Amino acid sequence: MYKIVDKKQLNEAVELMVIKAPYVARKCEPGQFIILRADNNSERIPLTIADYNREEETVTIIYQVVGYSTKVLYEKQVGDSVVDFVGPLGKPTELKKHKKVLGIGGGVGAAPLYPQIRKLHEMGVEVDVILGGRSDEYIILEEEFKAVTKNLYFATNDGSKGKEGFVTDILNELIANGEEYDEVIAIGPLVMMKAVVGITKPLNIQTAVSLNPVMIDGTGMCGGCRVTVGNEIKFACVDGPDFDGLLVDFDECLRRQNMYKEEEHSCRIGLEGGQNNA
Amino acid sequence: MPNMSPKKVQIPEQDPQIRRKNFDEVALGYTLEQAMEEATRCLQCKTKPCVDGCPVNVPIPEFIKAVEDGNIDEAYSIITKENALPAICGRVCPQESQCEGRCVRAKKGESVGIGRLERFVADYIMSKGNIEPKNIEKNGIKVAVVGAGPAGLTCAGELAKKGYEVTVFEALHELGGVLLYGIPEFRLPKSLVAKEVQSIIDMGVEINKNVIVGRSITVDELFEEGYKAIFVGSGAGLPKFMNLEGENLNGVYSANEFLTRVNLMKAYDFPNNPTPVKTGKRVAVVGGGNVAMDAARTAVRLGAEEVYIVYRRGEEELPARLEEIHHAKEEGVIFKLLNNPTKIIGDEKGWVTGMECVQMELGEPDDSGRRRPRVKENSEFILPVETVVIAIGQSPNPLIRQTTPGLSVESWGGIIVQEETMETSKEYVYAGGDAVTGAATVILAMGAGKTAAEAIHKKVLELQG
Ligand SMILES: Cc1cc2nc3c(=O)[nH]c(=O)nc-3n(C[C@H](O)[C@H](O)[C@H](O)COP(=O)(O)OP(=O)(O)OC[C@H]3O[C@@H](n4cnc5c(N)ncnc54)[C@H](O)[C@@H]3O)c2cc1C
Ligand SMILES: Cc1cc2nc3c(=O)[nH]c(=O)nc-3n(C[C@H](O)[C@H](O)[C@H](O)COP(=O)(O)OP(=O)(O)OC[C@H]3O[C@@H](n4cnc5c(N)ncnc54)[C@H](O)[C@@H]3O)c2cc1C
Ligand code: SF4
Ligand code: SF4
Ligand code: FES
Repeated sequence: MYKIVDKKQLNEAVELMVIKAPYVARKCEPGQFIILRADNNSERIPLTIADYNREEETVTIIYQVVGYSTKVLYEKQVGDSVVDFVGPLGKPTELKKHKKVLGIGGGVGAAPLYPQIRKLHEMGVEVDVILGGRSDEYIILEEEFKAVTKNLYFATNDGSKGKEGFVTDILNELIANGEEYDEVIAIGPLVMMKAVVGITKPLNIQTAVSLNPVMIDGTGMCGGCRVTVGNEIKFACVDGPDFDGLLVDFDECLRRQNMYKEEEHSCRIGLEGGQNNA
Repeated sequence: MPNMSPKKVQIPEQDPQIRRKNFDEVALGYTLEQAMEEATRCLQCKTKPCVDGCPVNVPIPEFIKAVEDGNIDEAYSIITKENALPAICGRVCPQESQCEGRCVRAKKGESVGIGRLERFVADYIMSKGNIEPKNIEKNGIKVAVVGAGPAGLTCAGELAKKGYEVTVFEALHELGGVLLYGIPEFRLPKSLVAKEVQSIIDMGVEINKNVIVGRSITVDELFEEGYKAIFVGSGAGLPKFMNLEGENLNGVYSANEFLTRVNLMKAYDFPNNPTPVKTGKRVAVVGGGNVAMDAARTAVRLGAEEVYIVYRRGEEELPARLEEIHHAKEEGVIFKLLNNPTKIIGDEKGWVTGMECVQMELGEPDDSGRRRPRVKENSEFILPVETVVIAIGQSPNPLIRQTTPGLSVESWGGIIVQEETMETSKEYVYAGGDAVTGAATVILAMGAGKTAAEAIHKKVLELQG
């Protein structure tokens, strides 16, 4: 059993949890994830490691309530436990000592982006970040990002914070203004990452994305998480979750992500939308 | 006077038409009377050819004698001296090529039902309640076991019996390895796996679930934590695909994923359990081994109307246990033998609509002695299906070899060991089961775990002088 030592609501649908998990906390690195089961009849759900504390042996996750299992998790209180918490899974992100990097975080994608940006900052890399969300309320970790970025931009669908529109509108502007980035790191909903790559690929700007296909074991055993990258089949849980965005077959990812849409229809849990995005 | 009936005493089974719709066990098992009667068919051969066929040398005539006498406790203690998981082996061993294949009775008629008797003994004892855990004096020496499949569990149990402080590290949230996530409930009830696993835990083995060796902690770090020896029983969990066009379409599963969703995550009970699985009306399972039979029979139970086994060789070459093939046919699985898939076809939304296949014919025998299949010209056809399950084999997961310097492996990923001791190229690291052999059998994995336990014991004793 893995104890929930702290939790904090970040907005209506997004929550941060700090969980005691010695094995994960001792070894994890930015870019890796965990799989948890909230209780004995829950699904195994993958969540990115948003932060960790090696001394306290805790791991921080930030998740959006989108369906049944995230709802079960959401109902847990500080002092309760989750039954399973395994990791760290996946390969750590390979952060290169570039001169200048642009991070793009869509919705809850800001959570996995943050530890990477912080690490780049610590390495002395100059970083700009664009955060996107439905509205002001859906922008998370603003203060944290502020502390580690040179320029922080916002895009919201309703214009309640920053620019009205999408993160890609800002990306286009930055490029038009002659900003040059050695690498773009985009983490968010698949459609967002696809749109980002739609811009960076013609310009041949190196772009890292973090894929989140449906997973079960997270150890390479089931093959359910397979994605096509540069015409090769990869298992996102062991070969990723980070991949070269310019090589990813996003349409296939989008298709596969919807495999269980019918079964996971939000009416089952009384949630509206049920979309895993910003 | 031995019973000279040429046939085994029949084992009661669920009717095929009924069991097609449930996940309950197919074979119901002998009653005490039936078991005692079957036991009288054993000739108590002095040379014990059957025992030579058993990879862990269960004293077969001895335990059968005890059954004949109605002394089931005695039979159980004879079996468990050599085999820690009798209820499981009795159900899943390929007996026809092992113990029963060597039985003298098989020369004229059917062999003695050794597997059925073994299973009866274990079930009988377990149904009487808990088996008394024996009090074992600990020697304070720590040994780590990676993986809670049959190889790891057997090694852990054997070492615990000798007094070692054994800790098992398992990646998943349940114990049993393939016994749990692979082999379906209707063939091997999970409650039974849990009981046999519990009897090993009761020997004082410590279990550490949700720990992936290579990620959560490495082999070298285990040594730093004071483990004197490490047994790697990580299995062959990596599913093989065929590199066919259309293999990533929605509706294409590896057998591992299909079976894991159903067994480990209980998708058959969706939505009571939240993990879903997709089965169309028509399902094609590619492959001819136990894994393929399990996937096909699972699809039948999930409500598929037409389920095909697509296998590129002929009936004779099917590697599955005879009983599974027989049961699959009874349940209505359609065998498309001498057929090989060439492409999976999908609709504009990316869902499977069919599988293109070619017919095969058998040519000259290859190195393995099996006749080599070759493609018949102009024999392409499309099998209309909504689900495709690829069950063509598994190879060892690369994680441990990638994170353990000094561990030598074969080009295909199997860990290289010395056969007599199961020691790897890295001193004090042992390995066995599917991680070494590639996908094989439960009993071979157990045999390897046992051999390694003996070798570890010997080595540690030498060390202590
Ligand atoms: C490597 C990785 C890292 C992730 N990190 C985060 C994170 O930091 N924060 C966060 O909020 N979400 C993250 N996700 C997504 C998160 O796992 C899903 O939102 C969650 O599993 C949904 O479960 P549910 O039962 O609540 O929703 P459901 O009703 O089951 O599904 C809602 C949608 O979530 C997706 N989904 C469902 N099951 C899975 C699964 N087993 N694996 C992946 N996606 C699934 C599907 O697209 C589905 O349509 C990550 C996913 C992956 C693969
Ligand atoms: C569907 C199916 C049906 C089968 N039917 C039969 C049958 O009828 N008869 C028969 O004899 N055999 C059958 N087999 C084969 C048999 O199950 C295997 O040969 C046997 O289970 C191998 O045992 P093992 O202990 O080596 O590995 P496994 O059973 O694979 O167990 C390995 C364990 O190690 C864990 N693990 C892996 N990597 C790590 C890591 N890095 N850290 C921690 N833990 C890890 C895994 O999660 C797993 O629990 C079948 C196999 C399948 C898939
Ligand atoms: S363990 Fe398997 S091979 Fe050995 S006697 Fe039992 S059923 Fe036969
Ligand atoms: S070979 Fe057959 S008949 Fe002979 S002892 Fe073994 S089980 Fe009995
Ligand atoms: S989640 Fe099963 S192989 Fe990646």
